[in-house]
Amino acid sequence: MDLICRTLGPAGLGLALLLTAALGSAQAQTATPSIVMASTTSTEQSGLFGHLLPAFKAASGTDVRVVALGTGQALDMGRRGDADILFVHDQPAEQKFVAEGFSLKRLPVMVNDFVLIGPAADPAKLRGKDIAAALRKLASAGSTPASTSTGAASAGFVSRGDKSGTHAAELRYWQLAGIDLAAAKPAGYKACGCGMGPALNIAASTGAYVLADRGTWLNFKNRADLAVLVEGDARLFNQYGVMVVNPAKHPHVKVALAQAFADWVVAPAGQAAIAGYKIGGEQVFFPNAVR
Amino acid sequence: MLIGLHQASVRFGAQLALRDISLQVRRGDRIALVGANGSGKTTLLRLLNGLLAPCGGQRLLGAGAGAGAGAGSGQGSAAGVSRPVTAMVFQRPFLLQFSVRRNLQIALWLAGVPAADRPLRLDQALARVGLQALVDRPARALSGGQQQRLALARAWAVRPDILFLDEPTASLDPSAKREVETLIDEFGHDGMALVMSTHNLGQVKRLADRVLYLDAGRLAADLGVDDFFNRTDLPPEVAQFLKGELPWT
Amino acid sequence: MNAFSQSFSLALQLITQADTTLWQIVGLSLQVSATACAVGAGLGLLLGAWLAVARFPGHAAVVGLLNTLLALPSVVVGLVVYLLLSRSGPLGAWGILFTPTAMVIAQSILVVPLIAALSRQLVADALREGGDELAAMGAGRLLSAVLLLAHERRAVLTVLLTAFGRAVAEVGAVMVVGGNIDGVTRVMTTAIALETSKGDLPLALALGGVLLGVVALINLALGLTQRRAIAGAGLQAGPTKC
Repeated sequence: MDLICRTLGPAGLGLALLLTAALGSAQAQTATPSIVMASTTSTEQSGLFGHLLPAFKAASGTDVRVVALGTGQALDMGRRGDADILFVHDQPAEQKFVAEGFSLKRLPVMVNDFVLIGPAADPAKLRGKDIAAALRKLASAGSTPASTSTGAASAGFVSRGDKSGTHAAELRYWQLAGIDLAAAKPAGYKACGCGMGPALNIAASTGAYVLADRGTWLNFKNRADLAVLVEGDARLFNQYGVMVVNPAKHPHVKVALAQAFADWVVAPAGQAAIAGYKIGGEQVFFPNAVR
Repeated sequence: MLIGLHQASVRFGAQLALRDISLQVRRGDRIALVGANGSGKTTLLRLLNGLLAPCGGQRLLGAGAGAGAGAGSGQGSAAGVSRPVTAMVFQRPFLLQFSVRRNLQIALWLAGVPAADRPLRLDQALARVGLQALVDRPARALSGGQQQRLALARAWAVRPDILFLDEPTASLDPSAKREVETLIDEFGHDGMALVMSTHNLGQVKRLADRVLYLDAGRLAADLGVDDFFNRTDLPPEVAQFLKGELPWT
Repeated sequence: MNAFSQSFSLALQLITQADTTLWQIVGLSLQVSATACAVGAGLGLLLGAWLAVARFPGHAAVVGLLNTLLALPSVVVGLVVYLLLSRSGPLGAWGILFTPTAMVIAQSILVVPLIAALSRQLVADALREGGDELAAMGAGRLLSAVLLLAHERRAVLTVLLTAFGRAVAEVGAVMVVGGNIDGVTRVMTTAIALETSKGDLPLALALGGVLLGVVALINLALGLTQRRAIAGAGLQAGPTKC
């Protein structure tokens, strides 16, 4: 046996060093108190957390570890008990979550808004302030035959199709416009089952329209000739809520630390941090916690 | 008797490679194993060395040289008596991709030689075959003849009662052939029993005192070397074999 | 082409700026994948060696299964490990979901079939060459297999490098079980995925270039040590004076 050890010695030593280094770093990370927060990809991609969480850490000493998924997946994570706290933006789904007993309370935190993005040339002529009217126009533009003289084909629409908060909002707007997607999708409607960034990528490369949250849009770098076409409709506002997972359902949840975050983010300090986050000088999120 | 076979047969799949072989290997024997290609020489060597199990008949073990010889590769043993220690040299030696020294150390370790005895045995084995100068060279960098001498050193180091050799000089040039033959001869004089398969009838005359002739898996002849070459009443296939082979010695 | 030239200069910028976040992410990638390969090597090499010598009914089926597992999609492995480690899953009490440990486990599962399948073939081929002699020297089957692994250590190293490549380049498993948490479980591939989904394609490409560059350095170092070993053993005729 000693012979084999001597033969494989150097390799084994190297691997052993790597292992201890890896384990060592893993242990260092578990020393700081932390909670796992399930949130959405659009929130993460807006860059808010990079600004908000260090402020919370300075105030409390707690690390908030964000796992960013679609809203549906984030809520499922909460149901499974893999997160201590949720930070999402789909009020009906959140209320259902509370009703099911997975959280004791939902607290409103902030709003941001959705915008309808599309090619700057705007072939379907959607520019305006009314989202329902715009979607109606898009659906009917798709059903008329393409005009060969103007060369305008029916404009496409990219849907996230991923059970996210943005996707849920998109479906609500189609309903508002009186379009029944289940019965007949507008020509050019494409569901990608993807996040906000990839959906914008698809829209940029195919010249389609897409509903996006302003935060992701402001950070998005691959714009091609996309531009904001519909904004400012009151119905485009998007409410965020925070929910601590119910310890009765999942006893291991770090209730105290999670509650500390919930309390902080709705208090003046957290609300000010939210308001202070700007992209290119523009405020993205508007705090509206209930006093 | 060191190792014996009683009506032993070996089967590969549907074919019988060896049929009803009975023979004994005794201390001091110098046995040459001859026969056409495919007659079962290699199979018989492997059977004698315990690398194969017979499908019929028995393999028998006698007493080995005694304590300290290390583990052999035999099956079963009489209670309280040490089994014969064996070693084997092949036509093309398989050397591990390590130094000459490391190859010998591994061989000694596998044979169960106590750690304290290994350095001395290693030096003695190298001296016996004249490879001391190459002890730290990679074994695979040696020439064909040197590699075969290393294989012999590897075998010698475990102090075998029987040394099996499967056409040990067939791949060597004439001078290397001579070196290796000389070493084998000396090992025989040192007291090792030798069982060697060969195509080279000159080698048989030089090294052996007993000849086993295999014909399609049967032991057709078991004679002293003089009888084998000079008797006129040999079985027909043996006579034919000698006639066919003789011009090439 | 613009994205490519942009990303090339961006990659150089990233490297020279020695951004601590970047190097922390690179370090984590290497640690997770190297640890997974170490674990995979321990399990996979033994499994491969054992399969090369074991004889039992259904042996062919096991080998077939092993070769099939070579095509395991990394995201499937991630999902399975996630469900196992989830608080609602059987191993939830361990509480290691969304940690580097979970990522190591997932990547180990990914590389064990690779290492086992390749080393099994390696050992089987070497056994055909030297199995008889090792047996004649007194080595049992499994010990012969292990000795042959040491004997074929250069081929084994290539197998391990292949496994390391598979691990460090995959994104599906580490994304699902790690959660791509900034500063905790973000590795190169998940960072690249994130930047891609944010639309920052030049940065994504640049990160990819940095990852390849780091692995290239590792291979360079390994190649140099191998070359020195071969030269030292006097196995190669070089251009020296006569």
